[in-house]
This record gives sequence, C-alpha cells and structure tokens, in this order.
Amino acid sequence: MIPAVFEYYRPKDMAGVLSLLEEHGDDARVMAGGHSLIPLMKLRMADVPHLIDLQDVGGLSGIDIGSDSIRIGAMVTQSDIIDHAGLASAAPILREAALQIADPQVRYMGTVGGNVANGDPGNDMPGLMQCLNATFAVIGPDGERDIPAREFYEAAYMTAREDEEVLTAVTIPLPRGGYAYEKQKRKIGDYATAAAAVQIVRDGDTCASASIAMTNLSDTPIYSEEAGTALVGTSVDDAALKAAATAMLGDIDPTEDNRGPVAFKNHVAGVILRRAIERAWSRA
Amino acid sequence: MSKKMHIKLNVNGKDEEFLAEPRELLIYTLRERLNITGPHIGCDTSHCGACTVTINGKSVKSCTMFAAQADGAEITTIEGIGGADELHPLQTAFKEHHGLQCGFCTPGMITRATKLLEENPDPTEEEIRFGMAGNICRCTGYQNIVKSIRAAAAEMNAAKEAAE
Repeated sequence: MIPAVFEYYRPKDMAGVLSLLEEHGDDARVMAGGHSLIPLMKLRMADVPHLIDLQDVGGLSGIDIGSDSIRIGAMVTQSDIIDHAGLASAAPILREAALQIADPQVRYMGTVGGNVANGDPGNDMPGLMQCLNATFAVIGPDGERDIPAREFYEAAYMTAREDEEVLTAVTIPLPRGGYAYEKQKRKIGDYATAAAAVQIVRDGDTCASASIAMTNLSDTPIYSEEAGTALVGTSVDDAALKAAATAMLGDIDPTEDNRGPVAFKNHVAGVILRRAIERAWSRA
Repeated sequence: MSKKMHIKLNVNGKDEEFLAEPRELLIYTLRERLNITGPHIGCDTSHCGACTVTINGKSVKSCTMFAAQADGAEITTIEGIGGADELHPLQTAFKEHHGLQCGFCTPGMITRATKLLEENPDPTEEEIRFGMAGNICRCTGYQNIVKSIRAAAAEMNAAKEAAE
C-alpha cells in the first residue's frame, strides 16, 4: 500500500518530458492514468525514483477521425473512448472492448496509451490494436518513429519502445466490416482468461478478409494471421470456424495460473474465438 | 526523503493548502491530513472502491492517485454530498431501502452513485449494476443498493420535473 519515495514532475510539454527521461535514464518513468503503475508502486514491484506525470502535456488527448484512419492520443481515457459518438460509429469494436476493461472509476483515469504501452499480456487493447493493424507513434531524443502494433510486443513487459521514448498516439486504419471483442473473465475488472478481437469483411455470402488477435494467452498479445486466412473465401460455416480455431491454437502459448490450467485455457480460447467470429460475421 | 511539494486542493468547497511528499496517496491526504474519514480503505489493489471520491467531475479511487497529481483539483467526498439536516436523495434512499449494513462501503457507493445518476438520470437495473461495478460490498448482496439507487433516481427526477 505504501509506495517508496520518489521525485515527482509535471512537465508542460514533451520537450520537458524527454529531457527528464534523458537526465534520469532508467530511474525515470512516465505516468499516464496511473492505474497500472501506482498499484505496482504500492506493492513495491515497480521502483520509480523519478515519476513524470503526463497530465499537463498538451496534444495527447485528441480523437481525430479522418477519411481513412483514426488517430487517438495516448492520454485519451477509456471513458473518452466509450463516450465518443463518432468513434462508436467509425470503430465500434473500440467501445465494445473498452466496456470490458476494468470498472467505471478505473476507466475515467486509465488511458489508451498506458494500456498499449504497459506490456502486460493481460491488457485488452494490445490484441485489439493488433487485430486493427494499428501503428504506435513514439517520440524520443532522436525524434519520432512509428511502430506497428503487430511488431511492438516482445515479451511480458518488454516492448519495442526504448526507455527514453514516450508513446504519443495510436493510429488505426478505418476498420471495415463486422466486429467483435469477446472476453471470458472471472468477474468485473479481471484480466481475461481468454479474449478475442475479430474484424471481418463480407462479400455476399463469402468472407473477403478477416483479422484475428487473442489476449492473455501468451506472454504477448497474439495476432493470428492463419486464423484469419482460414476464414477467407468460406461462408464462415462450422468447418471454417473449426479451421480458424485450430490455426489460432497453433499460435498461442498459454501458461497455468489461477485462471486455470493450460488445457482449460486452450479450450476457452476456442470457445471465445468461435463466439467472436460468429458475432462479427452477424454484423458484417 | 524526497522534497515536499506545495499542494492546493478544494475539498467539499473548502480550500486546503499543505506540504506533502509526492508519494502521499490522496486517500491518506483526505483521511489523515484533512480528517475527512468518510472515504475508507478496503484493499491495496484498486478493486474495492471504498475510497471513491469525485475529482474534477470524475469518480476516482483515491487510493490510486497521489495528492501531487490532484494538485489544483476540486474534490467532493461523502461529507460534501449532504448534511445532517439535509440529506442527499441518495443518502435518504440508502437509509429507507436498507442499502447499507456495516457502512464501510457506503461513502464510496453513494459518492459513485451521485456521478452515475448525473450521467444517466434514469438507469435500468442492469445499468446500475454495471455502473456500480467498481464498488464492492460485503454486507448487502447489492440488491438493496440497486433499490436505493433506483428510488433516489425516481425521487430526483420527480423533483426535477416539479421544478420545471
């Protein structure tokens, strides 16, 4: 409950953030909503001698819906996602997923940027962003660069973002077709036992394209290209659903914990993926 | 020890100024520094919501925010929601519909419910249960809390209609 001592900074701009990161190196960390970092600090599992609060840094809170992509600032909260009418029609899967994350109080504070940058495989947005083929913008001492969500996650809490870089925005190609975010959890506010993000484009009775990613079934989110491919050209019948599940099971690597043993997680992953595909197809 | 910070808050309409270490969690600022002991501490993993207060119009678990982060904020706790002589309709409804027993979760519950009804003045039972999901109760089984919130919503909506 009692965090260790630290120095607190609230810079007004990104230049101030970057100079603090440069000055303090590994001893500094940025904080967005604080709802993963502060709990870890309270358990003394995160050692943060220099805490940089991003709340006063401008330009990180916008949601911009363009003709072919959506840009979401890193400090946009989960409740901003849920309440944004334009986003609900342009990318309804975001709202569906955000409503399954944490609880009302946490959603007022927790941000999209914090969720995707955290690196905890339990977070829901990383898999969702892989499904949507999002790109993460980061800024560091050498300037800005973009990292595809599908290449961002290396291991639990290990990402392609360098320590001196800050994630500033998530950009999503405007999603097309039907969607679903299906999550099995023990209770409200729990990380998934298994969750699936699905986006499907339909052409008549045939699946034209499908994108599938899974949450909390490996030490990173899993984009399963083969699971999507298994649906393409089919009428998303029982054989296609089974083929997609088999392909997905080949890509995930769950570990046993208090959400269940490996065999159970594989079983639940299959059930959840089937439900997600069926719902996405019904909306396509 | 780190350098103390000069922090200003407005709590229940009253300005407060003090020096605090950055690591001071807002729930301790309220309870131990300002003697506002309605908000409680029921866990150390940000689950229970007993510490819920309203900060700049948002329901926030004050155990998961540093006082330094809240510098400049307007905060409302259960103590600022009604008074001994004039209860808020939610406080009256929790009393009349037996929405509390030990009372430990009640300040957080009612504070959260004020915000829920502000955002959704006429919620269904399902919307109430989902909207209150960040607050845990060990005594009531939630049934009477739902009844209390529904009753308060009806009361507040009737009062609003009468005023119009």
